[in-house]
Amino acid sequence: MTQTTIAAPGERTGGAATAVITGLGVIAPNGLGAEKFWAATLRGESGIRPLHAEGHAGGHPRGGGPRYPVTLAGQVSGFVAEEHIPSRLMPQTDRVTRLALAAAEWALEDAALRPAELPEYSMGVVTSNASGGFEFTHREIQKLWTQGPQTVSVYESFAWFYAVNTGQISIRHGMRGPGGVLVAEQAGGLDALGHARRAVRRGTPHIVTGGVESSLDPWGWVSHIASGRLSREPVPELAYRPFTREADGYVPGEGGAILVLEDREAALRRGAAKVYGEVAGYAATFDPRPGSGRPPGLEQAIRKALADAGTEPGEIGVVFADAAGVPFLDREEAAAISAVFGPGGVPVTAPKALTGRLYAGSGPLDVVCALLALRDGVIPPVPHAGEVPAAYRIDLVRGAEPRSAALTHALVLARGKGGFNAAVVLRKPEHPEAVPRKEEK
Amino acid sequence: MTLDDLRRIMVACAGEDEHVDLGGDILDELFTDLGYDSLALMETAARIETEFGVRIPDEQVAELTTPRALLDFVSGVTVP
Amino acid sequence: MDRRTVITGMGVRAPGGAGTKSFFELLSSGRTSTRRISFFDPSPFRSQVAAECDFDPEASGLTRREIRRMDRATQLAVVAGREAVADSGLEAAGLDPGRVAVSVGTAVGATTSLEREYLVLSDTGHDWFVDPGYASPHLFDYFVPSAIAAEVAWIAGAEGPAAIVSSGCTSGLDSVGYGHQLIKEGSADVVLAGATDAPISPIAVACFDAIKATTPRNDDAEHASRPFDRTRNGFVLAEGAAMLVLEEYEHARRRGARIIAEINGYATRCNAYHMTGLKPDGREMAEAINAALAEARMDGDAVDYVNAHGSGTKQNDRHETAAFKRALGEHAYRTPVSSIKSMIGHSLGAIGSIELVACALAIENDMVPPTANLTEADPECDLDYVPIEARDQRVDTVLSVGSGFGGFQSAMLLSRAGNGS
Repeated sequence: MTQTTIAAPGERTGGAATAVITGLGVIAPNGLGAEKFWAATLRGESGIRPLHAEGHAGGHPRGGGPRYPVTLAGQVSGFVAEEHIPSRLMPQTDRVTRLALAAAEWALEDAALRPAELPEYSMGVVTSNASGGFEFTHREIQKLWTQGPQTVSVYESFAWFYAVNTGQISIRHGMRGPGGVLVAEQAGGLDALGHARRAVRRGTPHIVTGGVESSLDPWGWVSHIASGRLSREPVPELAYRPFTREADGYVPGEGGAILVLEDREAALRRGAAKVYGEVAGYAATFDPRPGSGRPPGLEQAIRKALADAGTEPGEIGVVFADAAGVPFLDREEAAAISAVFGPGGVPVTAPKALTGRLYAGSGPLDVVCALLALRDGVIPPVPHAGEVPAAYRIDLVRGAEPRSAALTHALVLARGKGGFNAAVVLRKPEHPEAVPRKEEK
Repeated sequence: MTLDDLRRIMVACAGEDEHVDLGGDILDELFTDLGYDSLALMETAARIETEFGVRIPDEQVAELTTPRALLDFVSGVTVP
Repeated sequence: MDRRTVITGMGVRAPGGAGTKSFFELLSSGRTSTRRISFFDPSPFRSQVAAECDFDPEASGLTRREIRRMDRATQLAVVAGREAVADSGLEAAGLDPGRVAVSVGTAVGATTSLEREYLVLSDTGHDWFVDPGYASPHLFDYFVPSAIAAEVAWIAGAEGPAAIVSSGCTSGLDSVGYGHQLIKEGSADVVLAGATDAPISPIAVACFDAIKATTPRNDDAEHASRPFDRTRNGFVLAEGAAMLVLEEYEHARRRGARIIAEINGYATRCNAYHMTGLKPDGREMAEAINAALAEARMDGDAVDYVNAHGSGTKQNDRHETAAFKRALGEHAYRTPVSSIKSMIGHSLGAIGSIELVACALAIENDMVPPTANLTEADPECDLDYVPIEARDQRVDTVLSVGSGFGGFQSAMLLSRAGNGS
């Protein structure tokens, strides 16, 4: 059975297929597996730690070497690659791909999607990644310049490029449908989800999508610092406090989420056990060029995503914000949210305050949070948040306790450096009771 | 270079297939049957050159299809 | 009514072809622009040839500030993008910025700048713990390549969707395919879509050396890229950029734009086989071609010219020859197939877009570009590869394909405007 016999591409743009998320795979600094991550998020547990405490391959200097002006990162701990990745793949993969492969496998398990039982062209892979297999390339480029070209690994040509996760996931699971890779800094993870939905609508019923990031080796770290947007605060709990008076930058991190997105009809046909929610709306915009005097594009992204979902602002029960933690960006985002929802018109939260910004990984991870918030009727808080400037006019969910709320729709926002904006509207499934409440990964 | 050296290098360069026992009598097994593709062999050849100073010409790599053939080639070459 | 995508402007910076006019002259002459690498001393490397652009960013209209902050790949994209926008006459069209999108393909982004920065930060590789004190203020924008899409969006005044498409060596086909989908689904009316790569740097040369994917024909650089030839032994690394203005058909018609060609169908598939290897049967590429034909509602017999991936590696040539036969049947034997990589090398993610410009030029000029250096076809390659000389013939419909590491196989159909369904 081939792709073209499932549905002629382009035939369905009118009555667009409903795309639902049926599987979650999470690798986050504060939890491995969707349920552990969610529980940690609700408890306010952070994965932000000083870099040298963790022993990343390569590590960071305890004594000598240059001093890094910023040392806090959201770091995935307790991930033993050998337990998840076949030995044959270890020498050819960077940490980021190991994380992505593990997350993809968990998402497929969660969806009970068994690729071997499905037509090969009916499954595709669309991921986002912003920094490639950076530590791998760091090692190889060092070998090149210190030991010569003949010492560069045969795997260098693909272990570091941005397409590596899509390629390796597709190979590992025999998925021969459309493949895609998008980069839009932090916005790219939501763009991947939007593009995955497009692939579903063009006739490929099962898509593995999302984004995972990891680039915390010293060269990657210095590159993060070069953004000029990192917080200089040395106390982990205080370093990343978006939307507050104390905000002075963000903390970068590693990890992300891989999701299974399916045509709802196809998911039901194969007997999918659970539906976490529908990707009801998606839109992307780009900010006007600097100096144009025109307003940033986030508000338009929100309005377009709501229109795409056929959803009124009043139906959105929670906004998972991009939460840059950089005052001018927080101000822009708060203005966009209050313009659409009215002053304090919708609860706003930012669980990434516990993981750091994961670039391509953050959007999909926020989507996981949003889906589980819809399921459980709770909004995770931003712990340790200080005072929100009154001018922001947003209802930031702060403190130690999650806020209960009957939710039907959630909005997830992501903004990428340079001017990228993306927004996703998620809708709670019609039959939430079909979703099991506890399933520990 | 011994078979054990080769095993060690191959595992370092390309890991090991979970369905294969590299500890067994593998001298005459095809590398493909041991789960190694051309990339694995190229990486192995590069490592052998670094470690043992024996260069295996590009065209030759594909022709050395078993551990025995590879070991014979390496031992038959005079190290400069 | 179905929304259709047409091309209304093009810009290109290819080796030996700066601007579409000069690029067309190169293609029709069958000249090659491959040479010994001049950007650095290539003598320590196995493959010492490349197709380099003689590119002067300042003479190409970039300011000193732009040059300082942009990687070479960005510079090439911006210059090609400005040419495309001027070519389309868009600036005078009074566009709604929110309806203008940007899609830029790149396989390796700002590699060249990253490597240069690395050498500074690491004391030429000596320090694993690189020193942040020496970091360029632009390092982050090299680190995350979406900065390239931002620069391109600024020249287009785009405020609709913008992204980098980075699916390795099919990026340049996929980025245009992405733009085509944005138009078709109604997310944009105009998309500045294309691709860029400037990978001629030591680490890129070394990584392709390691897998012996690039040719070691160092004593004959001019003739080093030899797709389908019996003596071919690898691709020639290259750089370049091409940008196309994609526009919704009615939108273009209303403003009286020159319509160069229509994009009728696009599809991509994964081979799910190997990160670098290709099976000889060409199944997944054939599947991508079939899916593109289905979207175009075309029969394979409609194809007048196939722009091959034609990288010049044995496994590729065999793979795609099989794919063409599988998808087009007997028609494959009747259809000219050529690889412009024989002339301008393989610029990784950029080449797919550069090849689409070549396809559009083929339609506009009724000319099939040749496969240079093809003096004796490999017996396993038994199609009509248009050796050495360009061919004047009617070209209404073109199939362009790409194949890349990671297993990506992509196909796109272009036709003379008004010729499609």
